[in-house]
Amino acid sequence: MTINEIQDKIIDEFAQFDDWMDRYSLLIDYGNELATLDERYKKPENLIEGCQSRVWLNADVQDGLVVYSGESDAVLVKGIVSLLITVLSKHTAQEIIDADIYFIDAIGLKEHLSPTRSNGLVAMLKQMKIYAIALNVKNTSK
Amino acid sequence: MIFDTTKIRNDFPILADKVYGKPLVYFDNAATTQKPRCVVAKIEELYFHGNANIHRGVHYLSQKATEAHENARQTVANFIGAAASSEIIFTRGATEAINLVASSWGEKFCSAGDEIIVSAMEHHSNIVPWQMLCERKNLKLRVIPINHDGELLLDEYENLINEKTRLVALAHISNVLGTINPVKKIIEIAHKHNIPVLLDGAQAVPHIKVNVSELDVDFYVFSGHKIYAPTGIGVLYGKTNLLDQMPPYQGGGEMIQNVSFEKTTYNSLPFKFEAGTPDYVGSVALATALDYVQSIGLEGIATCETELMRYATKRILEIPEVTIFGTSAAKSAVLSFNVGKIHPYDIGVLLDHQGIAVRTGHHCAQPLMDFLKVPGTIRASFAFYNTFDEIDTFINALKKAVAMLL
Repeated sequence: MTINEIQDKIIDEFAQFDDWMDRYSLLIDYGNELATLDERYKKPENLIEGCQSRVWLNADVQDGLVVYSGESDAVLVKGIVSLLITVLSKHTAQEIIDADIYFIDAIGLKEHLSPTRSNGLVAMLKQMKIYAIALNVKNTSK
Repeated sequence: MIFDTTKIRNDFPILADKVYGKPLVYFDNAATTQKPRCVVAKIEELYFHGNANIHRGVHYLSQKATEAHENARQTVANFIGAAASSEIIFTRGATEAINLVASSWGEKFCSAGDEIIVSAMEHHSNIVPWQMLCERKNLKLRVIPINHDGELLLDEYENLINEKTRLVALAHISNVLGTINPVKKIIEIAHKHNIPVLLDGAQAVPHIKVNVSELDVDFYVFSGHKIYAPTGIGVLYGKTNLLDQMPPYQGGGEMIQNVSFEKTTYNSLPFKFEAGTPDYVGSVALATALDYVQSIGLEGIATCETELMRYATKRILEIPEVTIFGTSAAKSAVLSFNVGKIHPYDIGVLLDHQGIAVRTGHHCAQPLMDFLKVPGTIRASFAFYNTFDEIDTFINALKKAVAMLL
């Protein structure tokens, strides 16, 4: 699936629920489904320090595709990490760099998350794109 | 309830608001309190009909504004039992008041090798200004440890005192644990060694009767916005003999007696410490808030908040995974807790979506979080306008959040 197809699928999934608590339940499910991040990836350079919770993000290349992994100590934040990984992981670096991430606004995550977390979300996305740019540069310079 | 809560809640329009379509339950009073109509009306009245810069003009309005500002100073002095209104310095808040003392008093009375005592339960506001002073003047910060109920270890405190100790700076009430510290005793011990004491009263003044003369405290600070007044106004109380010896904190208008390019002489107390145009609207609004609190009565407020606290504590313990932080018998209306291993932030967000405003995180007390070995806590803090019904709503919402997260 393309990045946009995955985004649309997530939007449909969240659109099933009218009640915000149900949407949060879904987000929690996403958080709980995220594979635990290997301890060796929980290094300072992978850490995005927020005011309230911590996020680790790691990127690797497998078969020419960028594979992300990540974790957070708060499950709702982990849910966001999980969604971003679902959308962006296993695509080429160029696809990730070019991606227009619209699902966050569409499912109302941005407006319904407190400002500190919204910043965290923006920071996470930025970090994932930076990884892709770095991997892309590394790839083309080979 | 000992007073008419319905009537009181009408004084605070925000309490009737809804968030996400749910009635607002405001349990973040330790961060800031809501403002009664009389305070906001006073601000409007001053700007619409009483506004002129103070202490400068001979004109009617300026005199009227000056009088209001100085009357406000007297109201504050009376409220905390200060001997004279000149011992009341208006600041931007408790933080600025502590910085003023650290900067001015610290400059004059501290030298390399000296020590400042704080406690393990301090807000960053009562840590960082002293650390900055320590760096500037090569002093040492000593920390009174606490026990697991969140109480100061007084024996350890006495052991920390030595001939190098210059000041004890301490929270009157902890913003995380709610512990009401035995400040009278702490001051007596410090004074035996001729050491002055600064109390951070930000969490105390709104909840219990404070009398600085009875306490014999040397410096006392608090913020207006935590006692139903606007943000940006706060108070430093200092004993005259100390304030007199301290150099000015900031230079500018108002704080001078005479300025020439050769030499400037400084104004007398309290003006020496109020450089620039003071927040005279803020000071008068603060006095209005203090009058409001007094009209309700601090004794009644304390009783009401204790009842709310007792009920909330009882109900929250219905959730078996709850751990409460701060279990001192002498405790104010602050309920800090965690639920099992759930991150406080997750609970905070899910409570928020049910209309409940609590604080989550480290509460600007990271050293205390380290001691408690938690990344943060959830803190519900009460004011006299809160109700038992709101606590029920809170507990139901909390149970729902926990069910989703556990």
